Amino acid sequence: MAKVKGDIVVDIERCKGCEVCIDTCPTGTIAMVDAVNGKGYHYMQNVNDACTGCTNCAIVCPDGVIEVYRVKV
Amino acid sequence: MEDTLVKSEIIKPENRVYKKTDLMTEKVLSYCPGCGHGTAHRIIMEVIEEMGLTEDTIGIAPVGCSVLAYEFMNVDMQQAAHGRAPALATAVKRLMPHKTVFTYQGDGDLAAIGTAETIHAANRGERITIIFINNGIYGMTGGQMAPTTLPGMKSSTSPYGRDLDMMGHPLKITELVAQLPGTHYVTRQAVHTPSNVRKTKKAIRKAFELQHQNVGMTFIEIVSNCNSGWKMTPVQANKWMVDNMFPFYPLGDIKVDGKMVEG
Ligand SMILES: Cc1ncc(C[n+]2csc(CCOP(=O)(O)OP(=O)(O)O)c2C)c(N)n1
Ligand code: SF4
Ligand code: SF4
Ligand code: SF4
Ligand SMILES: [Mg+2]
Repeated sequence: MAKVKGDIVVDIERCKGCEVCIDTCPTGTIAMVDAVNGKGYHYMQNVNDACTGCTNCAIVCPDGVIEVYRVKV
Repeated sequence: MEDTLVKSEIIKPENRVYKKTDLMTEKVLSYCPGCGHGTAHRIIMEVIEEMGLTEDTIGIAPVGCSVLAYEFMNVDMQQAAHGRAPALATAVKRLMPHKTVFTYQGDGDLAAIGTAETIHAANRGERITIIFINNGIYGMTGGQMAPTTLPGMKSSTSPYGRDLDMMGHPLKITELVAQLPGTHYVTRQAVHTPSNVRKTKKAIRKAFELQHQNVGMTFIEIVSNCNSGWKMTPVQANKWMVDNMFPFYPLGDIKVDGKMVEG
């Protein structure tokens, strides 16, 4: 079975820190960070490289701030 | 070091599998953090793009938090007086029958002040798609009780919870319009999880396809959150919605191919 590897790019200035994406990640790749963006929101970031590019987080983000990338390895 | 190498190899345009559609404008959404309105907007625009309907769609924005939907949805839009979106959509569709016409309305807009427009457009079988965002409250104006507010649910005008004796029963307007002969496809969905988002997208696609077959009204309720009005965090609100809204407003198809779904 081909393995996949993914990564995400978060537009942190547009993240509103709602956290609804966090629990949708099957690989525990994303978390809120202590820092805040220009609007004063804590933002989401990937905290490890376990992402599979499943797109779950991006699909539920109300503000559409996540781009997802995936490659077969 | 190795990590950054791997990253730069993955993050390339040819490997991109998800990006917000260009049919959403670059404007920052006016919605509260975690509000389902944003997700609902985006997937409607995704379906329009995927179906190649960008040039041939006219949306009608309501009054409510989504009053500015036309600022965010990059297709032709109109904005109706409170509750009148189905009447405006009727006119647009009758004048331009080749266009895909949808309304986007909250529960206060569709099931309170606009009840007459909703029911009569449905009963006339207008060839439009209604997308109904039910968060059980008047979000925009400060969380007042709506016809859809659950029994016992607190709002700014039912601070001790909705008392059915005094305030009457919540209105299941989606079940009501499904009873009318003019509706062809009526379904209730949600957008708080990836699988619900995918199902709702399928429902929107189906509704638009049916609209092109000229078979009657298509009606999609999306049960959504209003974390500000409900006075919860977005994550708490989504859980509260699953535990309280879904038992009263169960998800799934209500009418398919013009026939009530047995259930
Ligand atoms: C004719 C008229 N009456 C009342 C109002 C006040 N008003 C604005 S939005 C709204 C309710 C919106 O609730 P809903 O449709 O559920 O949308 P939400 O904000 O919850 O998405 C009301 C009563 C108005 N703008 N116009
Ligand atoms: S794409 Fe999937 S695996 Fe990657 S961060 Fe998002 S939810 Fe997690
Ligand atoms: S869902 Fe979107 S806006 Fe909310 S925390 Fe996650 S990335 Fe930020
Ligand atoms: S008030 Fe409620 S419906 Fe309006 S944007 Fe905020 S969370 Fe969404
Ligand atoms: Mg509402």
